Amino acid sequence: MDTAVNLGETIVFWVCGIFAVLGALGLIFSKKAVHSALWMALTMISLAVLYVANQAPFLGMVQIVVYTGAVMMLFLFVLMVVGVDSSDSLIETIKGQRLAAILLGLGLAILLIWGIGSSLAGVGPGSLDEANSADGGNVQGIARLIFTTYLVPFEVTSALLITAALGAMVLAHRERWLPKPTQPEMSKARFAGSVHPGNLPAPGVYARHNAVDTPALLPDGSVSDISIPGPLKARGDVRPVDHMEMDEIKSIDEGSQS
Amino acid sequence: MNPANYVILSAVLFSIGAIGVLVRRNAIVVFMCVELMLNAANLAFVAFSKMNGNLNGQVIAFFVMVVAAAEVVVGLAIIVQIFRTRRSVSIDEPNLLKY
Repeated sequence: MDTAVNLGETIVFWVCGIFAVLGALGLIFSKKAVHSALWMALTMISLAVLYVANQAPFLGMVQIVVYTGAVMMLFLFVLMVVGVDSSDSLIETIKGQRLAAILLGLGLAILLIWGIGSSLAGVGPGSLDEANSADGGNVQGIARLIFTTYLVPFEVTSALLITAALGAMVLAHRERWLPKPTQPEMSKARFAGSVHPGNLPAPGVYARHNAVDTPALLPDGSVSDISIPGPLKARGDVRPVDHMEMDEIKSIDEGSQS
Repeated sequence: MNPANYVILSAVLFSIGAIGVLVRRNAIVVFMCVELMLNAANLAFVAFSKMNGNLNGQVIAFFVMVVAAAEVVVGLAIIVQIFRTRRSVSIDEPNLLKY
């Protein structure tokens, strides 16, 4: 029984541990911030499973609800506000900063793993069975601690949460400096400033050619530049107007037999 | 499993988070890396809690989660505010405080 539990925990540790590290690496290597957020969610779910494996079912559930539920959704929400395609600039403002950062990070990892790992080398797994069953369960045990030993920090935390909510409201609030424009004002502004308040002249509606690359003609026979869509103009795909043809049409129109 | 395994995993995640904070330029990704470091610390707390056979570590991890949630709310509000004025979330941009 005991070895079966140990084997199960070992499997859970290796599966979830590898997923957590993969998620963390994906977080820092993804080019797009949304992908980073999704990798981060993978790490958080793996950590939640590891909490449950460590006899902390309450924390595991809180991890899923608070982190993958609330915090990651908040991150994604702000990403959508700020613009999904905001990518990293690859220019280093401080020269060699990236290499130095990676070396320092690796050094930190080696220091932590070697230092703490070697000091914990012979320590057994321990067990929370006794502590969890003392008050009837893990949740009851944590509740007992929070409302006795940690009562003051718990109350301070509630003040912190209210302050954070108020702070977010104050920071995200946008003050309206000018009165909101009314519909007549918007209409007047539209006609006062722009050259063309109405529709642009439509292209390609004369005689033989009925296509968007044919420019519209003004009453004097000249070509109206604004009637051609911008991309076509940029590609140089505008169909030239044959003025000989125009004269012919005009003469037919006037009834003379030339 | 011995607590050493969990603590080493926690150290690896913490270091990856630290590298991310130092290397990435997008303020939101930097923020997520900070969250990763907090999560790594939580994992260590939970492992130590089991090692010592009492629930104090779990309560501390619980408090860390609450503080992290509050921090995320305020931090993201600041990022939105900076984005509104500067149209960018790159952390190289707000360097006006230098002078």
